[in-house]
Amino acid sequence: MNAVFIKEMLDNFRDRRVIINTLILGPLMGPVIFAVMISFMTRQATERMEAQLELPVIGAEHAPNLIGYLERQGVIIKAAPDNPEQAIRTEEEEVILRINADFAEAWVEGRPAPLELIADQSLRYTGTTIARVRGYLNGYSSQVGQLRLQLRGVHPELTRPIQVQVTDLSTPESRGGMILAFLPYFILITVFMGSMHMAIDTTAGERERKSLEPLLINPLPRWQIMAGKLAATTTFALMTLGLGLIAFVYAMSFLPVADMDIALNLDFRVAAWAFLLVAPAALLAAALLTILAAFAKSFREAQSYMGMVILVPMIPSFWILIDPTRTETWMTMVPLLSQNVLILELVRGEPVNLAWIGLSILSTSLAALALAAVAGTLYNRPKLIFTSG
Amino acid sequence: MIEARNLRKTFNKGKVVAVDDVSFTARDGQITGLLGPNGAGKTTTLRMLYTLLKPDSGSMRVDGLDPENSPLLIKRALGVVPDSRGLYDRLTARENIRYYGRLHGLSRDKIDQRIQYFSDVLDMGEFIDRRTDGFSQGQRVKVAIARALMHEPRTVLLDEPSNGLDVMTTRALREFLRELKKQGHCVVLSTHIMQEVAALCDHIVIIANGKVAAEGSARELLARSGEPNLEDAFVKLIGSDEGLLA
Repeated sequence: MNAVFIKEMLDNFRDRRVIINTLILGPLMGPVIFAVMISFMTRQATERMEAQLELPVIGAEHAPNLIGYLERQGVIIKAAPDNPEQAIRTEEEEVILRINADFAEAWVEGRPAPLELIADQSLRYTGTTIARVRGYLNGYSSQVGQLRLQLRGVHPELTRPIQVQVTDLSTPESRGGMILAFLPYFILITVFMGSMHMAIDTTAGERERKSLEPLLINPLPRWQIMAGKLAATTTFALMTLGLGLIAFVYAMSFLPVADMDIALNLDFRVAAWAFLLVAPAALLAAALLTILAAFAKSFREAQSYMGMVILVPMIPSFWILIDPTRTETWMTMVPLLSQNVLILELVRGEPVNLAWIGLSILSTSLAALALAAVAGTLYNRPKLIFTSG
Repeated sequence: MIEARNLRKTFNKGKVVAVDDVSFTARDGQITGLLGPNGAGKTTTLRMLYTLLKPDSGSMRVDGLDPENSPLLIKRALGVVPDSRGLYDRLTARENIRYYGRLHGLSRDKIDQRIQYFSDVLDMGEFIDRRTDGFSQGQRVKVAIARALMHEPRTVLLDEPSNGLDVMTTRALREFLRELKKQGHCVVLSTHIMQEVAALCDHIVIIANGKVAAEGSARELLARSGEPNLEDAFVKLIGSDEGLLA
């Protein structure tokens, strides 16, 4: 078994493609994509909040006071394009304010005066702009409302029977965790990336080279040969994971953390915990990919299966993104999901729950060992040995 | 010594009969040739002998060992050069051979000593430390042979050993096999090349359609068929000339 392990390590370290793919690109891809994504998102968000609002207005002449108010608030009033609906659809403008002729009429009569905001609310990035325009309009509305009441001798406070104040208890760490929802995926994916090539090379590759038949003639129980291969694959996965986490820690230091008013709690201590958490998943990934690759007759065929499997660790991440709930104990017993929620806990800076981490490691290890045991029996099937027949 | 009794192997749930009924004995100190046209069941027979395939029925013994009871011992007793040489391209010839030595649990000194021996005997000094990527067929066969015989097995099985070899390498290979025979090994090889059996084998087993068509020394086969040369005898004994020119 040792001999198999040493040989597979040597064999694959000789392959420059493997080294570049699994040990350099694999660990770097996650952090780089992630860092670029995050810094892009935050920069956009802050720009939208701080930049001067440009608002195209149709029929500005119908409400000169409103326009004056908006301009005093720093809004730049623009002439609207000829075809406002078209401009919104082609995303030339985000929001257009339309003031119809009946505005003045209703205003004078003391009826609620209609205003129209034209926007495509399915475009996520317009949300901030719409909210800002609404905010200004509501401000104007309540200002005028209060003046009207005061004119009639009514105290404006009467119209505010309740006053709601939100006390925000989120810590900078927990707000960072929201943005980092996809961090666990990028960490988990490293073990799949790391074991993919090796899993194919040691099984489907061995078949393609026709070296499997002579190998199995050696006086070794077949599960031992498989165990050696799995050990080598897992080692590669762990190396990729370790390098990936180190890359993440360094990538985080480049992010504009201060601008975001959040703390990304991903230092080497957290990375070490994450490594411990994901380590059993490395064996899981290695065994799963090895089983799949063992059924393939060639490198190429195996690679086409792999594309699908890479999506598996993505499922829990999406689920958490869509339905972000509190961590519960049962979650920590589901492999891949448990790594997701627990890494999120860690980067949010919450205290380490040893029982949960223990459960996660235990359940994932059990699943991984079960898969490894299945892999160990694979070479007892003649179908998987011979290239033909 | 190998004793095969009524070996039978089918594929696809019995629809394809690869080996129907094969019995023969290969003795120590002899070279036994399995001769037959392509697809006659030679490779399947050998695969059963080196225990990678389980026969549907029939039995076999290698040096009296039953593969059912002692699968690992039987593998230790055998040295096998299969049809697919399957070397690792990224490893050197020496590393390829060393890997198999380790799998057999040989000591480091023993491995180095055996590699030196084969390097001399098979004339591999020139390429022993090169990566096997780009090796010629002859070089590959030499590596495969050295790899298979690292543990000094008593019985040696070779599947189509001279496939793709040039004249010089074939001569060297035959010389080596005769040397093994002289040392008392039991050598079994499969081939579809007539000259090879005639030049090399003490005992010939002709296999056609998964059955033993005839068995004996070259002289006995000639006598039985009444033909003047082995090629005609072969055609007569298997009842057709298919595969002879392949």
